[in-house]
Amino acid sequence: MSEASMIGLLTAAVSFGALLYLAALGELIAEKAGILNLGVEGMMAMGAVTGFMVALETENAWLGLIVAMLVGALFALIHGLFTVVLGAEQVVSGLSLTILGLGMAAFVGKSAVGRPPGAVLAPVDWGFLSDIPWVGPILFTQSPIVYFAVVCGIATSFVLTRTRTGLALRGAGESASTVDASGHSVVQLRLGAVAMGGALAGASGAYLTLSLTPQWTEGVTAGRGWIAVALVIFGAWRPGRCAIGALLFGGLLALKTRLQTFGVDFSPILLSMIPYVLTIGVLIAISIRARNRPSSAPAALGQAYRREER
Amino acid sequence: MGYQPHSLHIQGEALAPAIELIGITKRFPGVLANDNVNLTVEEGEIHAVCGENGAGKSTLMKILYGMQPADEGTMNLFSERRTFQSPNEAIEAGIGMVHQHFMLANQLTVLENVILGAEPTQRGGLIDFDSASEHLEEVGKAYGLTVDPFDLVESLSVGERQRVEIIKVLFRGAKILIFDEPTAVLVPQEVEELFRNMRELKANGATIIFIDHKLEEVLEIADTITVLRQGKTVATVKPSDVSATDLAELMVGSELPKPQITDTKISEAIGIQLDNVTVLDEDERPIVDAVSLEVRQGEILGIAGVEGNGQHELVGAILGTQKISTGSIFMTGDDISNTSVRSRRENGLGYIPQDRQEEGLLLTAPLWENAALGHQTVKPFSGGWNQWFIDREGSRSQTERIRSEFDVRTPNVEVSAHALSGGNQQKLIVGREMVSEPSVLVASHPTRGIDVGAQASVWEQIRQARSQGLATLLISADLDELIGLSDRIVVMFRGRIVAQLDPSEITPRSLGAYMTGATTDEGSA
Repeated sequence: MSEASMIGLLTAAVSFGALLYLAALGELIAEKAGILNLGVEGMMAMGAVTGFMVALETENAWLGLIVAMLVGALFALIHGLFTVVLGAEQVVSGLSLTILGLGMAAFVGKSAVGRPPGAVLAPVDWGFLSDIPWVGPILFTQSPIVYFAVVCGIATSFVLTRTRTGLALRGAGESASTVDASGHSVVQLRLGAVAMGGALAGASGAYLTLSLTPQWTEGVTAGRGWIAVALVIFGAWRPGRCAIGALLFGGLLALKTRLQTFGVDFSPILLSMIPYVLTIGVLIAISIRARNRPSSAPAALGQAYRREER
Repeated sequence: MGYQPHSLHIQGEALAPAIELIGITKRFPGVLANDNVNLTVEEGEIHAVCGENGAGKSTLMKILYGMQPADEGTMNLFSERRTFQSPNEAIEAGIGMVHQHFMLANQLTVLENVILGAEPTQRGGLIDFDSASEHLEEVGKAYGLTVDPFDLVESLSVGERQRVEIIKVLFRGAKILIFDEPTAVLVPQEVEELFRNMRELKANGATIIFIDHKLEEVLEIADTITVLRQGKTVATVKPSDVSATDLAELMVGSELPKPQITDTKISEAIGIQLDNVTVLDEDERPIVDAVSLEVRQGEILGIAGVEGNGQHELVGAILGTQKISTGSIFMTGDDISNTSVRSRRENGLGYIPQDRQEEGLLLTAPLWENAALGHQTVKPFSGGWNQWFIDREGSRSQTERIRSEFDVRTPNVEVSAHALSGGNQQKLIVGREMVSEPSVLVASHPTRGIDVGAQASVWEQIRQARSQGLATLLISADLDELIGLSDRIVVMFRGRIVAQLDPSEITPRSLGAYMTGATTDEGSA
């Protein structure tokens, strides 16, 4: 394998890693507040299509990104309405959100299929930094969203551990009645977290259609939302560990498209299964390992909270 | 409109009471939880609010603390009229609640739990952890409560967790503390420690409202006692003026029976017999170790023992949920060692589980469905021409029968089980088992966590069934109950039966010595 193709692989690993990381981070925030949102894939698809189409109309990729985040957040709030306000079953609501999102994105984006992007998010120019061997191309030729993902990761970690909101949010995921009794609003915290999660999933989707692919086709998200859900578990609900997982799985996604160019003769169909098979494998391994020790999952994850229960 | 702290209490001068609740009424669907309740709490006293389960104590406290709005009534705080929309407002007014079920997040540290909702912040919303831990230490020192602020709550004992709850309330500057059944979760030594803490708090000027239904405790700690019954205030008394019996009668509204058995009609026929039964745990160690016992029809055999000495597994072995590795079990003469739970139940094995909410009920299902549990395969719940269907009419009328015969207080049999108080849930379970007329009853902690009234009624039911020839195996941690009800008592210690005793010759104290393994069987009956 040549140095150039190795660098290419690692660069792509970071690009794909950021894609997964944004969505995973959003899911992490929601889950920390106690809401499991399996609608990541649907929210990503909605972000992807709206981001792309706004850029198509306005020729402004940044506007596309912002609208994608807003749409993601609004879309997530459907889940919030059902699970937080009405106390519905979270798994069911989340799955419906995925189905709804994928379908709706396909419908909305019909006219945009196959069209060239109206605008893309061009890589950031870091000047001489990008000339550093290895590090330069891998880290300093990326789309602005990659750096945005890094900032989001650090910010999330900081907010969760150091601020009132973060403490209350973690509390809502551990014991909602405790947080309620402490005077914070469980509904507000959880809705906020779910919306934040949707915004990040939307950003992840827009990144796909405004920078990575950059094109809209039905099914462009290709199950990556599900990998993001798995990453949260893989990362034990910690932003830092999720980042490592995201790079790992990003690498696998990158490898998939590149293995053939390296001259490896392997069925591309089987190859494209690898990240997903590995996701399942990782989840099995983690659950076996976790069987005899207390889980790091938020204790109240998946539980609806109703106040006036006797 | 700020709250003025009234910390100076001048002797002899009539001060406004700390709290006055007047005419509080609260309705839940189908239940009148509080019915025109009045409560006056003077500053600096320990005021006990007691009553049976379901008497409305917890609801009243939730109203006071702003967790639920009252439907009617007024609340005065130092003669100033107040209503709290949320616990936040109550906290601001200087009221704090120490919850029965701890309001703690296990994976957060003590410090994080304490500051949750009252986070001291620096610029930009950042939590000032340094000043928080300082303040926590000050509070701890001032009231003699110590815990390590950086421990995860998960790693603390029950008593320590309760201390965290108390510190949490004090940290917010509360002067009026509500303790909701604080002793329910504590062992006796921890109760003493708690009472020491409460007296300390009182000495430091705090006003305490103490919810409980354990009479000795109330009489020991309270300065004033208000009794609630079925959502109404029935009396406010001083502990020096009443006895435990008086108090119990106020709570229940009638005279109390005792767990005393007079007649003996033990027959020769054996109800259940265990022959050398051993149950192994996951590590292949015997957790029930070669236990042999027999219970005759019309006899109650009590099993005493510190929890975790194999009683639970013994019950499982008899019920059929626990595999036995050696030995055999006979019920009314038949070998049931290898039969299914269902066939044992169908053949007349009644079971009162130790945890009614975990094992006994489906909390969200209506009462009539709950009444069928364990008997769903037999009449009147199903059976007849088509045994595959539940007989809804039959189930409902059977549940109505349980409701009236066993005094299950509920508006109707359609409400879900979680709408009932603990005592009524237990009466439903006892009724369910008794109306099926079992020949053997396994009763595991049948009166745990229920009030004196429901307790007395459960005792009465067991006693009646005994005189009709039921063989009962009674497992209980309440030694008075064991001694009062049982015809014979055996003691389990580390999976073995270490003593057999005659209840007429022992006291809770001497029984306790056997249970801890301090005494072994010498002069057994």
